[in-house]
Amino acid sequence: MRYLPLTEPERGEMLAAIGVSSVDALFQDVPKAAWRDEPFDLPPHQGEIEVERALGRLSARNLTAGSVPSFLGAGAYRHHVPASVDSLIQRGEFLTSYTPYQPEVSQGTLQYLFEFQTQVALITGMDVANASMYDGASGTAEAVLMANRITRRKHAVLSGGLHPHYRETVATHARFAGFQVNAAPPDALGDESLAGLIDKDVSAVVVQNPDFFGRVRDYSALAEACHAAGALLVMVVTEVVSLGIVTPPGEMGADIVVCEGQSIGNALNFGGPYLGLFATRDKYVRQMPGRLCGQTLDADGRRGWVLTLSAREQHIRRDKATSNICTNSGLCALAFTIHMSLLGEAGFTRLAELNHAYTVQLANKLGRVPGVAVLNDSFFNEFTLRLPKPAAAIVDALAAQGVLAGVPVSRLYPAEPALADLLLVAATETTTEADIDEFAAKLQEALS
Amino acid sequence: MTSDWSRAVSNFQAGTGTTGTYSGNRGLQIEEPLLFERDSPGRCGVDLPEPPAVEDRLGAVRRKGPIGLPGISEPEVVRHFTRLSQKNYAIDTGLYPLGSCTMKHNPRLNERMARLTGFADIHPLQPIQTIQGALAVIDQLAHWLKTLTGMPAVAMSPAAGAHGELCGMMAIRAAHDARGERRNRVLVAESAHGTNPATAAACGFTVDPVPANERGRVDLAALKAKLGPDVAGVMLTNPNTCGLFETEIREIAQAVHEAGAFFYCDGANFNAIVGRVRPGDLGVDVMHINLHKTFSTPHGGGGPGSGPVVLSAALAPYAPLPWVVSGDNGFALIEQAENEASNAFGRLKGFHGQMGMFVRALAYMMSHGGDGLRQVASDAVLNANYLLASLKDTLSAPFPGPCMHEALFDDRFLKDSGVTTLDIAKALIDEGFHPMTVYFPLVVHGALLIEPTETESKATLDRFIAVLKALAAEAQTGAVEKFQQAPVLTPRRRFDETAAARTPVLRWKPQAEAAE
Repeated sequence: MRYLPLTEPERGEMLAAIGVSSVDALFQDVPKAAWRDEPFDLPPHQGEIEVERALGRLSARNLTAGSVPSFLGAGAYRHHVPASVDSLIQRGEFLTSYTPYQPEVSQGTLQYLFEFQTQVALITGMDVANASMYDGASGTAEAVLMANRITRRKHAVLSGGLHPHYRETVATHARFAGFQVNAAPPDALGDESLAGLIDKDVSAVVVQNPDFFGRVRDYSALAEACHAAGALLVMVVTEVVSLGIVTPPGEMGADIVVCEGQSIGNALNFGGPYLGLFATRDKYVRQMPGRLCGQTLDADGRRGWVLTLSAREQHIRRDKATSNICTNSGLCALAFTIHMSLLGEAGFTRLAELNHAYTVQLANKLGRVPGVAVLNDSFFNEFTLRLPKPAAAIVDALAAQGVLAGVPVSRLYPAEPALADLLLVAATETTTEADIDEFAAKLQEALS
Repeated sequence: MTSDWSRAVSNFQAGTGTTGTYSGNRGLQIEEPLLFERDSPGRCGVDLPEPPAVEDRLGAVRRKGPIGLPGISEPEVVRHFTRLSQKNYAIDTGLYPLGSCTMKHNPRLNERMARLTGFADIHPLQPIQTIQGALAVIDQLAHWLKTLTGMPAVAMSPAAGAHGELCGMMAIRAAHDARGERRNRVLVAESAHGTNPATAAACGFTVDPVPANERGRVDLAALKAKLGPDVAGVMLTNPNTCGLFETEIREIAQAVHEAGAFFYCDGANFNAIVGRVRPGDLGVDVMHINLHKTFSTPHGGGGPGSGPVVLSAALAPYAPLPWVVSGDNGFALIEQAENEASNAFGRLKGFHGQMGMFVRALAYMMSHGGDGLRQVASDAVLNANYLLASLKDTLSAPFPGPCMHEALFDDRFLKDSGVTTLDIAKALIDEGFHPMTVYFPLVVHGALLIEPTETESKATLDRFIAVLKALAAEAQTGAVEKFQQAPVLTPRRRFDETAAARTPVLRWKPQAEAAE
C-alpha cells in the first residue's frame, strides 16, 4: 500500500526485536470477545486512478456555484480567491504541521497567527483577536459564554436579525450550559428595538451587521444602552468583506466581535471548514476562549512568537478552562491572512466597494421585475426581496434553469409563514452584468 | 522594542551581525519582518476593476478612517509566506512523534479531491437537488464510520474532536432529560485529555476524576465506588493516553450501564484499533472520531479538524442537526427538529459540517479499503512497540508492554542528571526531529509520549532510536549545559514565555502607538 513504508521482512525483524511472533500478540490486551478477525463489509483498497474516478463522479453530481449565475449568501459567500493563496497554504510546512507547541520550530505558524490576530483587530476596530474559532456560529456561542463570565449574569438577548443558525447554536449551548436566551422574532422589516429588553440580568445583547436580511446599521446607541445596564454588546459579522467600507464594530462600542471569515481566502466548501474570527477589548483578554499568539524574546534577545495566556485553556485548566476548544481553523486563518495581505488597505476597500456597487445594480434591476419589491432601506452586498409567491418554489424552478437565485428565507425559518415569500440575494465581485440580466429575465418569466 | 528587521538592517550598515552575518540571515534561514513592516502605501497584490458609479445604499454607516492594513505586492506576499513556511517543522519534513496527536502522512490525493469544484465550489444552502453528490459523500463517509465502529448512527457536523466531545456529552444530557432524570456528575479518567473535563463542564456537569491503577489503566474498583444515581456518564479514552488498551473496558461499560449512565469514549486514539476492533463491541455508547488523526486529514498548524460522533441506538435520536437522510428522491437534509429528527438536541455550528475534511477522509478510506485499514492499525502498533522495545532499557518505561499506537516513558532515566524532559525535547530539535509530547499524560512524572504512526519507515525509527540513546547517555554523563541551552540550531532559541504571559503583546502596533 502506497502510504505504508514497512516491508514484510522489516515487519518480521521488528517483531523479532520486540520478542513476539505476530502482530496479533501486540493486541493481547484487547478482550477476546471484541476481537474481530472477519473482514469488514467495505470496499477493498484502490489506487489513485480509481479513487479519482469515483469521487470525480460524485462531484459531478453537484451544480457548482461558479458554473451558473449565483446569488446565494446567508452567511456563506462566493468570492474570488487569488491563485497564490491556495498555492501557499498547500506548502507542506504549513499544511502538515501541528499546533505550534514547540515555538523554536514553529515560528512560521506563530508569525502568521500574530499577523492574523493583528489583521482581525484592525478590520473589526478592536484591541485584540484570538487565533480563530471553528466558525461564526460556534464563535457566537462562545462570545455569549464569555459575556456571562465577565458580567456574572446568565441571560442573553438575541436580535431577530441574527442568522438563524447562530441563534440555534447559542440556544443549544444555553440549554446545556444553563443560561437564558431571549430570542427576538425574525426582524424581516428592520423595526426591532432591543433596548427595552435590556435589564440588570442581561449579560449580552447579540446583533448582526449587516443583519441576516442585509440591513446595515449603527449600533452605537444600543452599545450605550448595554453598557448603562452593565451588559456587553456582542456584534456578529457574517460577511467580513463589509468591514472594508462599513464602520467597524469597535467604533460602535462593541465589546466582543465575532465574524465568519470564510469570505476572505476560503472557498464555499458546502459550508465548511470555515473560520471564526473573535475579537475583544484588552480588559477582557483573560476571559477569551481559544488560542492566543504573543510576542516575546528568545534566549539571544531576538523577537519571536509563542502561544500564550494558556492558563485559560483546557490543557492547563481542564474543567476550569474558558472553553473546551483545542484545534481551531488554523489553515483557514492562514488563507485569510494571505488573501488579506494581497488585498491590503487599497484592495480590501476596493473589494468592498465592488461588492456594494454590483449589489446596488442587482437591487435596481430586480426591483424593476413586476411584483418584486426590495425590502431593505440599506444593504452592503445582500438584501431581501419580497416575491408575489413563495420563494422556495421559485428558487427550485430557477435552479432547474441554471440560475442559483438566492436563499429562500423559509429554508432557515420554515415555521414562519409570514416569511415564505422572502428571498435573500447577494452579489459579490464575481457577479457580472450578464449574470444579473439573466437572473432578472428568468425571475420575471418564473413569476409570470 | 527594535524590530529584528530594522536591527538586521542596522547591523548590515554597521557590519556586525549577532548571527555572524551582516544580514542577520544564516544561509537558508532568512529573517523575515512582519507584514506590517513591509508596508508601502499604494502597493497592492490584487488587480480589481474600478467599481461602477452607483448611488450609495449603505445607510449612514460608511467607514470614515483608514483601516491600517499594509500594501504589499504579490511577489512580496509569496516570498513572505514562503519564508515563514521554512521556519516550520512538519510531517512532510520529518518524524513528528507527538503522542496522542497522530501526525501521519497526509496524502496529496486527498487535497486534490477536496479541491474538485464539485465539492469546493458549492454553497451550503443550494437547492437540495443541486447538491446530491455532496450529500452522497456525507452518506458514504457515515457508512464507513458506522461500519468501522460497529455503531448504528453518526452525527457529522462537529468541527473538531473537542466539538465532537461537546456533541456527545450534550446527547447524553438530552437522553437523561428525556427520561426525566437530572444527573449532574461525570466521571473522567485522570489520564484524559484536558478537553474531556472542559467539555463536561461546558455541558453543565461537575467533573469527578477517576484515578489510574498501577498498570496505567482506569482503576475499576475506584470507578465503581464513584458510580451512583447522580452520574450521567463516564469519559475515558481507549486506547488510553498512556498508550495502553483498557483491558477491563467491557466490565467498565457494564458497570456504567448498570448505574444508568452512558459511556463516552474519547476516540482520539482510534487509529490504534481501526479495522481490528469495533468500539461498539466494547460497550461504548458514544465516541468522537478525529478525522484529522485516524483518517489523515492534515492538521494545518492547528486545524481545521472534523469530529464526527458515533452514537448508540439509545443516543441516536438526540443527534444534532442537520441530518442527511435517504428518500425516494435521493438524499435529503433535515435542518429542523421535526419528523424523525424531532428529538435532535439542537445545532452546534453553521451549516452542515466540515465538507472539505469529509472528502479528504473518504479519499483516504477508499485508498486503504476495508482490508487496508486493518494494516494501518497493525503497523502503527508495531512501530510503537518497536520503539518501546528498543528504548525501554535506555529511557524508563513506567508500564510493561505491549503498548498500542504510542509508547510512554517517564523521567526516571534522568534522575540526578540535572537534565529534564523538556531539555531532552529541545535537544531533539537540534537533531532534526520534532519532540514527542512532553509532560502529558499527568499520571507519570516528566512524561515523554512517543507516537510514530504507521507512515514511518523502520530506517527513520532506527535513526530516531539511535539519537535518543545517544542523548540519554550524554544526559547521564552530566552535560547539563548543552541540554539547557538547546536548541541552538533553530531560527530562534528558547523563548521567555513568562514575559509573554505577564505582559501580553498580542498584535502589532505602529511604533508611536506601541510606545504609549
